[in-house]
Amino acid sequence: MAQIEQDNARYRQIVKGKIRQNLRKYITNGELIGRQGKDLVSIPVPQVDLPRFTFGQNNRGGVGQGEGEPGDLLGAGEPGEGEGAGEAPGQHIREAEISIDELVQMLAEELELPRIQPKGSKSLDSEVTKYTDIRRVGPESLRHFKRTYREALKRQLAAGLYDPENPVIIPYPEDRRYRSYRTKPLPDANAVIIYMMDVSGSMGEREKRLVRITAFWIDAWLKRNYQHIHRRYIVHDAVAGEVDEETFYRIRQGGGTKISSALTYCQKLVKALYNPDEWNIYLFQFSDGDNFGSDNDSALSLLEQHLLPVANLYCYGQVDERRYGHTFIDTLDELDPHENLVTTHIRDDDAIFDALRLFLGKGR
Amino acid sequence: MSKRVKTSLLPPELASWKEKIEGYATEVGLTFPEVRFVMLDFDQMNKVAAYDGFPSRYPHWRFGMEYERLRKSYAWGLHRIYEMVINTDPCYAYLLTSNLTVDQKLVMAHVYAHADFFHNNLWFSHTNRRMLDEMANHGARIQRYLEKFGVEPVESFIDRCLSLDNLIDIHSPGVVRAPARVAPAESTTEQNERLRSSGYMESYINPPDYLEALRRRRQEEKHRERNFPVTPQRDLLLFLLENAPLEPWQQDVLAIVREEAYYFAPQRQTKILNEGWASYFHSYIMTRYALETGELIDYADHHSGTLATSPGRLNPYKVGIELLRHIEDRWNRGAFGAEYEACDDTKQRANWDRQLGLGREKIFEVRRIYNDVGVIDTFLTEEFAKEQKLFTYRYNPQARAYEIDSRDFADIKRQLLFSLTNFGEPIIEVVNANYENRGELYLIHRWEGADLRNDYLDATLENLHALWSRPVHLETNVQEKGRLLFSFDGRPHMRQL
Repeated sequence: MAQIEQDNARYRQIVKGKIRQNLRKYITNGELIGRQGKDLVSIPVPQVDLPRFTFGQNNRGGVGQGEGEPGDLLGAGEPGEGEGAGEAPGQHIREAEISIDELVQMLAEELELPRIQPKGSKSLDSEVTKYTDIRRVGPESLRHFKRTYREALKRQLAAGLYDPENPVIIPYPEDRRYRSYRTKPLPDANAVIIYMMDVSGSMGEREKRLVRITAFWIDAWLKRNYQHIHRRYIVHDAVAGEVDEETFYRIRQGGGTKISSALTYCQKLVKALYNPDEWNIYLFQFSDGDNFGSDNDSALSLLEQHLLPVANLYCYGQVDERRYGHTFIDTLDELDPHENLVTTHIRDDDAIFDALRLFLGKGR
Repeated sequence: MSKRVKTSLLPPELASWKEKIEGYATEVGLTFPEVRFVMLDFDQMNKVAAYDGFPSRYPHWRFGMEYERLRKSYAWGLHRIYEMVINTDPCYAYLLTSNLTVDQKLVMAHVYAHADFFHNNLWFSHTNRRMLDEMANHGARIQRYLEKFGVEPVESFIDRCLSLDNLIDIHSPGVVRAPARVAPAESTTEQNERLRSSGYMESYINPPDYLEALRRRRQEEKHRERNFPVTPQRDLLLFLLENAPLEPWQQDVLAIVREEAYYFAPQRQTKILNEGWASYFHSYIMTRYALETGELIDYADHHSGTLATSPGRLNPYKVGIELLRHIEDRWNRGAFGAEYEACDDTKQRANWDRQLGLGREKIFEVRRIYNDVGVIDTFLTEEFAKEQKLFTYRYNPQARAYEIDSRDFADIKRQLLFSLTNFGEPIIEVVNANYENRGELYLIHRWEGADLRNDYLDATLENLHALWSRPVHLETNVQEKGRLLFSFDGRPHMRQL
């Protein structure tokens, strides 16, 4: 490996070390999600730098060149930016680019998330083609020079035609070898994630932010585990409806709370579109837990009879700031333990980390 | 060239241009060692540039960081390195393969002038012209330490050294400095101080309280002798090398970092003059000799691109070339000396012409003996500052932006000289390595109006502490807070002085 690649790899390693140290901060930083490019996020890591006794920038002026009166602001382009200028050195906030994938990998290592075992044997197989094979026939453009040479050499050696003094190798047509493809079956499991969120009057911006960040990382982790993922978003107050992702995080309604309405909608959705034999079904529900008392029973029966039997996982995150008395999470906790039922409080940014560990730590 | 970067020789067309341009350069009076051009594609160029032109340098992450920065800003179209040249004999210069022929010609002319500058400018006279080999040696030595002692300790030690590598004495290669320690003088004993006297006069001639005071003074002197250095030392790296308790390999690493810092220092001291010189001659050679009619537009485009100014920064290429032309013009006209200086009629000064024609000779002299500070101090005139529309700017905290501060010549000159002094780095001296008689290292920042970057202070002191292994102190000024002492003894401290 050339030295520059080594040095670059070392640099990236250092950057990643820094990110890992502050992973909790980065994970719970909602801004990151907004900054996401196609599949890279850039994370500001100002710490990767060699400190020096050097002049601070702001109290230090400089000399410039051009038009303008004293008092005029200098236009775009911070002084000192750009190479070569001897004046005020630009202060670079180093932005490390890192892919969401790498970040998720770090998160997974940090949370010690197990790989998900897709359920069911009926997962759909797809094929992948790779040019790793060698054949005796093929187009000239794919001729494998080394292999052809080797074949010719072998033949000439075997036939005693090889002269070390004059090592001329002449390939015959039958010596020719061509690169060719090989198809590999690729196990391919499908998954659907259904997010359900309470948008009753008591769910404010703060609560939605917590939901949004949690859901982002759930998405990211499940995406790493499945080729195809469907995501559905259900919002509810006293009645439920399906919305797109954008709306899901922005919508604000009022009214009372009937958690069962979302579960009913969810059950219909699963029944209509997602055959549990073919789909891995993930249900995530977020609410502040302030449910109509009379609704709890119907919600529980829906869960027990229809949803828990078919879902890989049903996670309930209660984004309450403090306890309100008897809330939906208490109702769920009174239920007989189910392998695939997880509940937790998500009170603040820090709790997101632990919620992710709980939700995804099941490996289901 | 290094085995690490695959390079190609000059194609025939460029090879023949090289011959021609070398000829023109010699004709105009440039003298230089052999120049070897190496063609690189942009990625190789970025790689080589990340190592400051020396692909065989020791392994370190900051080169990888620099490479990533260059690669990104190239990809975003923010910059493009057309050329790079290093101060060695033979002189190596890198050309970008994708350049147009006219660019390559421009760059070659530019490179020959740089080679001439490296070769002839006094500030470069102490630099090692076999630096390619030396850097490779450094690389091999550090590689060996990495293998022997592990990446972590060696790398963090290099980081610590680099964090201090601007604390050198840039003038030391040219001046003999007082040593940090001197042999203690033969101290006179108390007996010698006592005057001869007969017994009854003793208490008058040698009063006991006087003798006691004398004894105390001797003791203080002795105490002070244990304080060193005797005179403040600017070359902190040398001071550490000689006095810090370091392992042999650490000494070697520190010596490597120091040697490279001294090697690169003259380039930072002569940015304006060196780039100005090279631009002056690429322009001269191209327009007089090497340019073909069809290439004119591209040449003009790229030449003006190099010299482009933007309000917030001073383009060293632009200031340099204009200053050299200004000097040449003045010496051609004889616009210097007592008579000229005494004349205060602007019109007369502007039309001053004694037909001396000494311009070319003068700028060759300037390139031989000046660095940026010197050339600005000596040749920056009010006319020039006005003509070039120079101004000073400062940060306006209310507007959170930089604004034009002044167009006053004295201000401009002061600001410019300030930013060039000590190659733009703060002047920090070791004043006592036995502070409080406890072996603590005491540094003073010679504050001249600009504060040190405060977010770096503690971390840098920590690095210094790791090398010195006893508590370290830095005395400096902070605006609106006055004289402060920053210390590190395992934890950062700060107190008012």
